Amino acid sequence: MTSVAEQTTSPAEAKQQPSRSARGIAWARRAPLMPALVFMIIVTQLPFVATLVISFMNWNAYYPEEIGFAGFDNFKRVFTDINMRDAVLTTIWLTAGVVIISLLLGLGIALLLDRKFRGRGAVRTMMIAPFLVVPVAAALLWKHALYNPEYGLFNGAITGVWRLFGSDHPPQPDWISNMPLWAVIFALVWQWTPFMMLILLAGLQGRPLDVIEAARIDGANSWQIFRSMTLPHLRQYLELGALLGSIYIVQNFDAVFTITSGGLGTANLPYTIYQIFYQAHDYGRASAAAVIVVLGTIIIATFALRTVSSLFKQEANR
Amino acid sequence: MSAAVTAPSVPKKKDRGGPWLSLLAWVVGILFVLPVLWMVLTSFHSEQDAATNPPSVFAPLTLDGYREFFSGGASPWPPLLNSLTASVLSTALVLLLCFPAAYALSIKPVRKWTDVLFFFLSTKMLPIVAGLLPLYLFAQQAGLLDNIWLLIVFYTSMNLPIAVWMMRSFLSEVPVEMLEAASVDGAGLSRTLRSVIAPVVMPGIAATALICFIFSWNELLFARVLTATVAETAPVFLTSFVTSQGLFLAQLCAAAFVVSLPVLVAGFAAQDKLVQGLSLGSVK
Repeated sequence: MTSVAEQTTSPAEAKQQPSRSARGIAWARRAPLMPALVFMIIVTQLPFVATLVISFMNWNAYYPEEIGFAGFDNFKRVFTDINMRDAVLTTIWLTAGVVIISLLLGLGIALLLDRKFRGRGAVRTMMIAPFLVVPVAAALLWKHALYNPEYGLFNGAITGVWRLFGSDHPPQPDWISNMPLWAVIFALVWQWTPFMMLILLAGLQGRPLDVIEAARIDGANSWQIFRSMTLPHLRQYLELGALLGSIYIVQNFDAVFTITSGGLGTANLPYTIYQIFYQAHDYGRASAAAVIVVLGTIIIATFALRTVSSLFKQEANR
Repeated sequence: MSAAVTAPSVPKKKDRGGPWLSLLAWVVGILFVLPVLWMVLTSFHSEQDAATNPPSVFAPLTLDGYREFFSGGASPWPPLLNSLTASVLSTALVLLLCFPAAYALSIKPVRKWTDVLFFFLSTKMLPIVAGLLPLYLFAQQAGLLDNIWLLIVFYTSMNLPIAVWMMRSFLSEVPVEMLEAASVDGAGLSRTLRSVIAPVVMPGIAATALICFIFSWNELLFARVLTATVAETAPVFLTSFVTSQGLFLAQLCAAAFVVSLPVLVAGFAAQDKLVQGLSLGSVK
């Protein structure tokens, strides 16, 4: 690609402005990029600088006369706050749980859909549906129409099956109270499995089929082909799915907010910071928490970006 | 890429588990779509039939849930229109900004274009809550709280990195020979864009637009914090709908279905674009 970057101007441009300096050319190249870049810096980077400043301030909207410099007090409070530590753990569990389960389910379903069978298109369309329900609507649906202990579909189905066998006392668990974090995880797995499935299915369909056929003729069985040919080929798609899934699920607010309102040990970092800011109105502490989360994210993202950039180099070398 | 285009039909020697695996695929597909079907079915039941245990699957159908949703309490039309405005305008703004940027990152790349590209992606990794407070305070000072334009600008910044990545990936597919031929013919930048690049990347533009529309339509956290009664969007309306009215399951299902309908229609209509978009253009 560097050869393209160092190319001189095309004949048409040279004719228009023969005396343009090298710097002028560089700026002409940069010009189309500038609006997007400047826009992103203003809307995403400036607020973060403001967050950094506020994190060192004593600022609670309920006590406007006490606004002032606070030094590291906010950070001390965040680090000693048990809720924050719990929120970090909850975020890790939630993200890892959803990403791993939906990736494995997605892989299995992608393998099922990679075969030819009657109604394959229909099954693929059915599989995509969960991803196309608005996240808040999906969370409300799971909370009220499925998990509800009195008239939710899960307990309703249990009652139906028990009646079928003549029992009048079916178990009617209160799903959300009994396993709050898993309730959130399952609802999110339902929404994200289609996403993983779509990426992995696209990866499967990009396999070099002639090589696989050759291996089959040489007597390799399905498991051997899967282990030593399909899985290595899918690796970059698995990584892509895991990375993108993590980016979105780490930030999840809708499901936690709707299904449990952050109660019962399900408050993740976005929800906790939202609470400190929106309900406690403690701007200084919310900002300190945000700064710490950003620092943590940068550390994790550095590793994640390395993954993407290796994908990227493969593409560039193509 | 599309589901219809599959492997060249190599004769399979044996496929013993075949029918069972097909059956399994059907069962899994039905399990995944079941909650959606249940939502739609419940939305057409009366409130009494919706709240029975065991469920009354074959109860008579009625439009009461929808009638109640549209004319019962606060009208859902303003929030739906707000969502539409915010999603469409922010998507248009994203396309306007991302196309030239992607051009400067692929066809005539600036120096260190990979760094720029990764800067865009890194903004997606910043937790959005980290920027929420300053934006809120700024909006408060500037009198922009509860203003749809604030959401439009924010949604643009939320989707722009994804769009730049996608667009760059599509633009790098434009054959260099075609560009050279155009410049030999003396075509200027705008003509090259219109007649050489645009036709090749039109599918990419469609995929980008679809993804940006869906993400803006779905967004809840910012809309909840930055809007109130005037600029309230459909997802915010959905959450307040439950708390203010108590629980009416059929009506809730009708509301959830109506709010999801635009995304369902757009997503089903453009399934393969969805994959391209979600993988930032790296899966074609």
